[in-house]
Amino acid sequence: MTWIDIGRIDDIPVRGARLVKTHLGCIGLFRTADDEVFAAADTCPHKGGPLSEGIVHGQRVTCPLHNAVFDLNTGQGTDGYQIDTYPVRVENGRVLLDADALGKRSAA
Amino acid sequence: MTQRLVVIGAGMATGRVLEHLFETDPDAYDVTLFNAEPRGNYNRIMLSPVLSGEKSYEEIVTHDDAWYDDHNVTCRFGEKVERIDRDRKVVVGENGEVPYDKLILGTGSAPFIIPCPGHDLPGVVAYRDLEDTNAMMEAAGTPGARAVVIGGGLLGLEAAAGLRLRGMEVTVLHLAGHLMERQLDEAAGYLLQKDLESRGITVMTQAATKEIRGDAHVEEVVLEDGTVLPADIVVMAVGIRPQAQLAKDAGLDVNRAVTVDARMQTSDPDIYAVGECVEFDGNLFGLVAPLYDQARVLAKTLAGEDAAFQVKELSTKLKVTGCDLFSAGDFAEGEGREDIVFRDPARGIYKRLVIEENRLIGAVFYGDTADSNWFFGLIRDGEDVSEMRDTLIFGPSYQGGAAADPLSAVAALPPEAEICGCNGVCKGQITQAIEGGATDLAAVRATTKASNSCGTCTGLVEQLLSVTLGDGYSAPAAQPICGCTELTHEDVRRLIKSKELKSQAAVWQELGWTTPNGCHVCRPAVNFYLLADWPLDYQDDPQSRFVNERNHANIQKDGTYSVMPRMWGGTTDANELRAIADAADRYGATVKVTGGQRIDLLGVKKEDLPAIWEDLNDAGMVSGHAYSKGLRTVKTCVGKDWCRFGTQDSTGLGIQLEKRLWGAWTPHKVKLGVSGCPRNCAEATCKDVGIVCVDSGYQIGVGGAAGMDVKEVERLVDVTTEQEAIDHVVAFVQLYRENAKYLDRPYKWLAKVGIEWVQEQVIDPEIRAGLIERFDISQSVYQKDPWAEHVQTRRARYAPLADLTLEAAE
Ligand SMILES: Cc1cc2nc3c(=O)[nH]c(=O)nc-3n(C[C@H](O)[C@H](O)[C@H](O)COP(=O)(O)OP(=O)(O)OC[C@H]3O[C@@H](n4cnc5c(N)ncnc54)[C@H](O)[C@@H]3O)c2cc1C
Ligand code: FES
Repeated sequence: MTWIDIGRIDDIPVRGARLVKTHLGCIGLFRTADDEVFAAADTCPHKGGPLSEGIVHGQRVTCPLHNAVFDLNTGQGTDGYQIDTYPVRVENGRVLLDADALGKRSAA
Repeated sequence: MTQRLVVIGAGMATGRVLEHLFETDPDAYDVTLFNAEPRGNYNRIMLSPVLSGEKSYEEIVTHDDAWYDDHNVTCRFGEKVERIDRDRKVVVGENGEVPYDKLILGTGSAPFIIPCPGHDLPGVVAYRDLEDTNAMMEAAGTPGARAVVIGGGLLGLEAAAGLRLRGMEVTVLHLAGHLMERQLDEAAGYLLQKDLESRGITVMTQAATKEIRGDAHVEEVVLEDGTVLPADIVVMAVGIRPQAQLAKDAGLDVNRAVTVDARMQTSDPDIYAVGECVEFDGNLFGLVAPLYDQARVLAKTLAGEDAAFQVKELSTKLKVTGCDLFSAGDFAEGEGREDIVFRDPARGIYKRLVIEENRLIGAVFYGDTADSNWFFGLIRDGEDVSEMRDTLIFGPSYQGGAAADPLSAVAALPPEAEICGCNGVCKGQITQAIEGGATDLAAVRATTKASNSCGTCTGLVEQLLSVTLGDGYSAPAAQPICGCTELTHEDVRRLIKSKELKSQAAVWQELGWTTPNGCHVCRPAVNFYLLADWPLDYQDDPQSRFVNERNHANIQKDGTYSVMPRMWGGTTDANELRAIADAADRYGATVKVTGGQRIDLLGVKKEDLPAIWEDLNDAGMVSGHAYSKGLRTVKTCVGKDWCRFGTQDSTGLGIQLEKRLWGAWTPHKVKLGVSGCPRNCAEATCKDVGIVCVDSGYQIGVGGAAGMDVKEVERLVDVTTEQEAIDHVVAFVQLYRENAKYLDRPYKWLAKVGIEWVQEQVIDPEIRAGLIERFDISQSVYQKDPWAEHVQTRRARYAPLADLTLEAAE
């Protein structure tokens, strides 16, 4: 894996999210109350709601448009919706995304 | 032949090394022990009981003069080592050199001191050694003396508790949002704070120290927000830094601390290091358990035996009598985890387990730590817990399932807790009535008057019937807020008031929430209830708001936003219109005139929001709150200045009302209309609050609707003066803010409580004055332009954190 430095964890609000633009489309970086960080597709499969604008509770996020709820561990959502999740790491307060995971899928 | 062993630092770690070494081979080394402190080894962690008066210094000495004598240790206490000369293999102390064959560094850590102005004034101490402890005890000797402790971690809290026990007025300042944030989650931090406060310690979180002031001695501490706290002593306990300078100067490998291998050897084969001055495999150490492991390993290494140090899971306890907390393992950072939460509000207990791949990896307990060792064992051994998962939280002796009791929050209320706000009836009176034979709601109403007015406490009265009568009463099923709780909106509102719950963590814990921090349904509601009831204590939480209120603009279905500046009472001028036109050009916005007499700019990109706000701010406009559950618009007609039918200055009144009410958060949106005559051009009679001006004054109607439901307002009151009109409207809005269920528009709320009850409140001069006063207090916090604020403080949040599409493709 090749980790790319995205930014400081402190730039993501606690129980909130920030957006990262990638060749695969927009990815949300979600930070929980316990400072866990998750990376998942930003776009809700229902009607394209921006998940990074949703309310983060526990390890879940609720889509701001019609309240689909997604588990950030698995990407599994209510009503059978599914979003992609991506490997992410936090090291010394920096958030890292795996370049390979972002690259491979874009090549496919 | 006896080798010469020199030890720098007589601390917790080196003391252990020497004990082990003398046990295995008492004559292998000829030991010289340096210590900068003017004394030998003592149990540093027991300084807290010394401070609190539970122990004396003599009781915590671990090695006395006789021990050093018996083992032929040459003591050079009170002498600091200044240099290590590795070429000549000598250690240079303040009073001269000592040659070594083997050398141990055990210099520990130094407390970190915030370099704020005044940090070096007399009376500012750290908490590390006996000198610090003595200084604190001396300060506590003056009756009425005040202490400020900076840092709400383990050390700071032990210092605070000790000083409090000695009778000082103690304030703890903590930068993070909750105490001991590295060891505890928010819920446990909340309970800890509550316990400390009940001992008379004042705790201020999110408190940043700006400077310490005083002439010849500390006198006061000033916070970033301007708060000034008088202080006779200031204790800084904000963290520690490994003392590695000596090693660094000697050219040893030093990262954040002195790097060692698993045998505790530094980059020089004759020099070892143990304790807090060590870095192993990227880890630093701050608790004694791993240091003792290190000491055992180093003693073996020195005796020529094989041994390897391993990093193990750590657990934390706080040595403050009566504060039972436990934290172990990892409950932060990482994917694929699941929580099990148990709360017992009655006994102040919180337990949380974190499970990953069927293994317990973290635990936080507050209030009941009896089984903590068993859980710690599960964490350390990485045991598979899938078999006992469902009952795991009840601990090892679990037999047959005590499910969390949904009634426990009500059961836990003290008898003096107010249940019915309207009639001032407390729990004790109601239970007494029930025990006296009032066994249903109607009977309780008749005997106590509880639930007899606005009716929002009905759910709680019914729960009290259940709690008191047990199976003898079956309460009608009420709709809970969401899956996180059994309580209804009305219950939660009432309990937030009567139990004085002033933070989200307090609500989750005291009301027995089953999730760590709620969900998208309950969190926005609770956030509103808290800010409406405690405007000065609670801080609005943007992360508990829906996107529109968080971004202060309305998200559209294509992900762009609409931006609408405020136009007071629907009035504007050429300047504002020009600025709006320029903004529309610059940000490619579509322009629409709204039903509320405003101009809406549609299709603005999120990244552009701060810029467009700044432009509109520059032209003197503020947010129109078109996105908020709050005051939206006041629609007016032109009134008597222009209209030949106009009876009063309807535009002027509309502007005054809007200027008074804007910025206030309400349970749902609130729209006003002011019409200058009964022809009602402003359509005031279907607004949440509508005023129709007549020759004799003002008719105020409330609870209109013109959405999915269409409804004409009900008459609240007729008044003669403009001031009375404003007063009654403000009082009505505040009553609605204090009592309605989140997301009930006024007409829905009125249907529940009845216009008569509302009239009683708003028309009574005393109650009205109280409502107005509370509204104004809230406005002192919330009436500010969020656009200007976001432009200044959170501009960066509106752009993506990173744009990887700009990087060259590989
Ligand atoms: C008030 C308090 C309460 C604590 N409570 C707990 C607890 O409950 N549980 C827990 O696990 N841990 C606790 N700790 C932490 C624990 O005390 C430390 O982890 C431990 O003392 C570190 O041991 P050490 O040997 O590395 O350093 P220390 O014990 O600090 O010893 C280092 C010694 O080296 C000396 N020294 C430094 N530089 C030189 C030099 N150049 N020349 C000569 N001498 C030098 C210092 O004067 C000092 O005496 C507490 C600490 C404090 C201060
Ligand atoms: S777009 Fe996400 S729920 Fe509809």
